[in-house]
Amino acid sequence: MGEPSIPPGLTDIRVQEADFDAGAEMARLRAGNPRIGAVASFIGVCRDRNDGAEVALMTLEHYPGMTEKALAAIVAEARGRWEVIDVVVVHRVGPMRPTDQIVLVVVTSAHRGDAFAACEFLMDYLKTRAPFWKKEHTPGGERWVEARAADDAAAERWR
Amino acid sequence: MVELLYFARLRERFGRDGERVPLPEGVADVAGLTAWLRARGEPWSAELAASRSWRVAVNQDMASADTPLRDGDEVAYFPPVTGG
Repeated sequence: MGEPSIPPGLTDIRVQEADFDAGAEMARLRAGNPRIGAVASFIGVCRDRNDGAEVALMTLEHYPGMTEKALAAIVAEARGRWEVIDVVVVHRVGPMRPTDQIVLVVVTSAHRGDAFAACEFLMDYLKTRAPFWKKEHTPGGERWVEARAADDAAAERWR
Repeated sequence: MVELLYFARLRERFGRDGERVPLPEGVADVAGLTAWLRARGEPWSAELAASRSWRVAVNQDMASADTPLRDGDEVAYFPPVTGG
């Protein structure tokens, strides 16, 4: 009643081979939405070493269809837990080299607590529930990355 | 028929990314289908052994041994996920 209409929040989930521009994604969300008081983001990057071996190339595989469904469920859960305005998740697939960006999560909210928490939750759940698999190409040959107990523990904290 | 899909390490070990099979006689859930696949022998029996780490999804939702199966389902077997 008399309040200005609230712009609906955006949920944008993309699985793509192409790189992304985090600055452009954040600018797009903030443009024209004065309700946003906080923008939290996370970028996962391809490292040149893992488990004691040099990684020259990494290939990311996923389960088309289920990936999008799983990510949508994770975002819906985050929206149920925190006061979040926008959520953008971009996950790349295909070949990647050290220093390449792999994943982007951006969360906007009125206050920082919700944005920080939701962003971390989204990454913890993405790492343990979304069907992506990494294969590393090292001097010793190709190897599938093993799931880490630490990632399960990180996701478990939110239960 | 059920649509079986395999990903990552399992896709490589099985030498295929999927197959369509008639829902085997007497198979009513994921545990039953997994037992039927193991009965093929190697590499199925080793890769899908209880001691190995693998996951299963039915119709693109994470599933467990007691998840029921019906004709037309999409059932995917894959290693624990490692994205992000």
